[in-house]
Amino acid sequence: MLTFIVRRSLWAALVMFVITALVFIIFFKTPGVDPARAIAGRNPSPQTLAEVRAQFGLNRPLVVQYGLMMKRIFITRNLVSYSDQGVLVVPEIFAAAPATLSLVFGATAIWIVMAIAMGVAAARLRGRIYDPILMILALIGVSTPVFWLGQVVNLITQNKLHSSVFSWVPPLGYTSFTTSPALWFEGLIFPWITLSILYIGFYARVLRANLLEVQSEDYVRTARAKGLSERRVLVRHTLRTSMITFVSLFGLDFGVLVGGGTILTEVVFGIHGVGFLTWQALQNLDLPTIMATVIYGGFFIVLANALVDIGYAWLDPRVRPN
Amino acid sequence: MTDDAGAVLPLLEAGPDIAAGEVLLRAEHIKKYFPIRSGVLIQREIARVHAVDDVSFELRAGETLGLVGESGCGKSTLARCIARLYDITSGSLVFEGNDITAYSRRQLRPVRRDLQMVFQDPYASLNPRKRVGAIISDPLRIHKAGSREQIRQRVLDLLELVGLSSEHINRYPHEFSGGQRQRIGVARALALKPKLVIADEPVSALDVSIRAQVINLLDDLQDELGLTYLFIAHDLGVVRHVSDRIAVMYLGKIVEISPAEELYERPVHPYTEALLSAVPIPDPDLSAARQQIVLEGDVPSPISPPTGCRFHPRCRYATDICTTEEPPLTQHGSLGHLAACHHPLTMGQQAQLGGPAAALNLTPLPAARLVPARPGPSIPPETLGTPGG
Amino acid sequence: MTALLEIRDLKVSFRTDDGVVQAVDGVSATLNEGETLGIVGESGSGKSVTMMSVMRLITDPNAQFEGEVLYKGTNLMAMSQDQIRSIRGAGIGMIFQDPMTSLNPVYKVGWQIEEQIREHEKVSRQAARDRTIELLTSVGIPNARERVDAYPHQFSGGMRQRVMIAMAISCSPDVLIADEPTTALDVTIQAQILNLIKKLREDFGTAVVLITHDMGVVADMADRIAVMYAGKIVEQGTQRELFYDPQHPYTWGLLGSIARLDRPRPRRLAAIPGLPPSLLQLPPGCAFADRCAHRFERCGEQPLLLDRGGDGHLDACHLTRQEKQDVRDATIHPELVEERP
Repeated sequence: MLTFIVRRSLWAALVMFVITALVFIIFFKTPGVDPARAIAGRNPSPQTLAEVRAQFGLNRPLVVQYGLMMKRIFITRNLVSYSDQGVLVVPEIFAAAPATLSLVFGATAIWIVMAIAMGVAAARLRGRIYDPILMILALIGVSTPVFWLGQVVNLITQNKLHSSVFSWVPPLGYTSFTTSPALWFEGLIFPWITLSILYIGFYARVLRANLLEVQSEDYVRTARAKGLSERRVLVRHTLRTSMITFVSLFGLDFGVLVGGGTILTEVVFGIHGVGFLTWQALQNLDLPTIMATVIYGGFFIVLANALVDIGYAWLDPRVRPN
Repeated sequence: MTDDAGAVLPLLEAGPDIAAGEVLLRAEHIKKYFPIRSGVLIQREIARVHAVDDVSFELRAGETLGLVGESGCGKSTLARCIARLYDITSGSLVFEGNDITAYSRRQLRPVRRDLQMVFQDPYASLNPRKRVGAIISDPLRIHKAGSREQIRQRVLDLLELVGLSSEHINRYPHEFSGGQRQRIGVARALALKPKLVIADEPVSALDVSIRAQVINLLDDLQDELGLTYLFIAHDLGVVRHVSDRIAVMYLGKIVEISPAEELYERPVHPYTEALLSAVPIPDPDLSAARQQIVLEGDVPSPISPPTGCRFHPRCRYATDICTTEEPPLTQHGSLGHLAACHHPLTMGQQAQLGGPAAALNLTPLPAARLVPARPGPSIPPETLGTPGG
Repeated sequence: MTALLEIRDLKVSFRTDDGVVQAVDGVSATLNEGETLGIVGESGSGKSVTMMSVMRLITDPNAQFEGEVLYKGTNLMAMSQDQIRSIRGAGIGMIFQDPMTSLNPVYKVGWQIEEQIREHEKVSRQAARDRTIELLTSVGIPNARERVDAYPHQFSGGMRQRVMIAMAISCSPDVLIADEPTTALDVTIQAQILNLIKKLREDFGTAVVLITHDMGVVADMADRIAVMYAGKIVEQGTQRELFYDPQHPYTWGLLGSIARLDRPRPRRLAAIPGLPPSLLQLPPGCAFADRCAHRFERCGEQPLLLDRGGDGHLDACHLTRQEKQDVRDATIHPELVEERP
């Protein structure tokens, strides 16, 4: 198992390197685009342009440019966002991360619990009326765009019913946990629900399909023949093996979300996380920030992939190398 | 004629039960190893699966050679090597006088007209998305064997040949039973009028009453079309019924090869003895009277086979020489009967098995020396005793 | 002697889109203490569905059951879920055909056996583990102390089946139902497993129901045998009766189509022509009639499973005992003395 982990980690590092190289090439070597102009933001002065050229070594060989850029992002962390008045990019991302993480962890907690409940219920009630109803609800969840749903939720909580039912909902924005736990929670509850609805739908359907497939497996028949209670058969045998797929998919989705895939939800609900930062940077064509957020996102996706592979081997002994 | 290792190649002189004919296929020292790779960054080969480990035999036109053995013996791998579905690690394969060992895909194409295969699982070996007519006509179209009309007629002829009706031509495989699917597979294999048909466990997945039907069909087709069969099976009764000669495989090697009846009446190799002893006999009295030999343990791994004779860890007659020296295939009994054993079975031991030889009333020999105890299951090994009934 | 297990007129049907499939159509059989009942049949005969129904293991919501199954006098079909669960694994143990898929791949084998022990008996973890190691040793698994923590995929097919057997007998059941336990195994491993079952029979006096399609296996193991075809029992008798005095054309066909090692090689195997009937549309009369060389006018009428000779040997064929004797040998051994050239 150890060699497996080591090998997987080495591959992950290699992939990270390739991602950074690709990002660099896209941003610095796209034909027809002058990197200096792109980095310098809107309407740069000639002075700024010259500064940029010097700082980023744009007249030097490609490999050196790449090296300089990586140094700025990872080592000295003094990559500066020109369009944003010289704000340091990397610390800015770190500052925005807690908001994204709060959003993602809360949403995943909800979606895991609900998806398992719905998936199990649908599988148990197969053939009866509840099964298709649950699956239709799930399908609606999968199909509803998060930005539309978010705006509808806002319409209700911030506008229509703000004075009555939802008076306790704070204005759009994020309050950190350390500042005020209550506000943190109240400000996140609706973003959590909105974000999770999409995933509940998807995962409930996947789990139901998996459960039904596993239920007709021979080892489940053996478990029943042993005289185990239905509940134990469900949890220890059926669910346990179905969860392998569930966990693998979950790991990947989680990685994407933490890496900034929450962009739409954050914008709709005004949460200043990494996704929001990315959106702002896109609007201003703030190249350094965009680059940094892409690499940040890439890192989490690569990490999530590696963890899922290792986790899969832990969950399914057959996959472990001998 | 011997090779470097001193083993006698199983040449076939004209024995009594063998159909006279030229040599259609000659396999010499076939080896097929599968690498096992491991490593952190670069995958290195750390071990090999010795699936087929130095197999030689000849196949003459018109005969049926049965290949029998249990899981892991390499019979299916050998079949696929002969059909050139795999590349051979070493050795040579001569078919119809041509050395096809290293033929490329393109060179093999004309060979495949004469060398076809029928597979074990009738549910998996037919493409579920194709109609029966398409499945059978595919080989004809690939080899451009005629006009559309001619091909269609040939498909109808083939369906009739295997006992299906013409209306089946437009149906899908899932609409048929296992036995019928196997017939479709046979029709497909015969489409190009091959000389050699390799049948890889063609009836193992079928019900008992259907098995007999398909076996009879294969028999009839052999007579009608002059086919040569390499018939692989693990059911010794079936193999005996269809074969002229039989080769017994164990852990990648042929341990005994003999004319069919002789294998059952006068087996030479202890593994053959154990196999025959393990086959259930549908006769309660004979079954009860039989001194069954129950082998201990599992088949060892083909990754690191035992030293010397590969069967020695499970052999009740094994002695020291069996652990160090691999026995060569040498002649025993009649011409054409070869076995690889340092302690071939005597006539007394052959009589114990309750087979057709039970009629021979021979006195038993004293028990053979056993190798010092090895850890094994708590079922004590059967020792030789007085024969029953 | 009261029967340990008594199946009375069991009927099992499944509602499908294409109609009602009558998988088991009025099966009655008994199993006495310590005896081995062999149930022989091919796919579609209903042999597996019968025994799965005995254990109430059929979870298909479209299944319908009729009839009774008495275990030590109580009707299993009428029991509640809790009651039947306490019998499964403890009173009646079951092993299945494919040991590769019958064990849960993600749990250690020791854990799976301990799970069963602790479900039925109030013992500590350590006691359950000790018993598990003992069981594994008794079924012939070497190094049981280490192997108890191994996963199913780390065992060979024969060893896996031994694990299954250890698990099934872990709570000392009175009855062991073995559904094609050796069909997926090599012939030398099959001999080992059958030997193991014989040993367990001797040591514990367990009654065994052995389901198989292999006549050789029941010739070795069974005291009484029932032959099933298209959901019904067509012949039932002692081992000797069935092999030396078979009374149903299907049984003759089965015996005749085997490529046997103990007889000279026939020129041609006596195959049963045709295919088994579809369970969706069973004919009104004898289900075997259209494959039977001896059918006559009366076969359009359903033949009942009766004792037509007064000796306890039941069969479902309208021919008289005398008529059967006349035609039988011609069917089983058409060319007994003619050897292949």
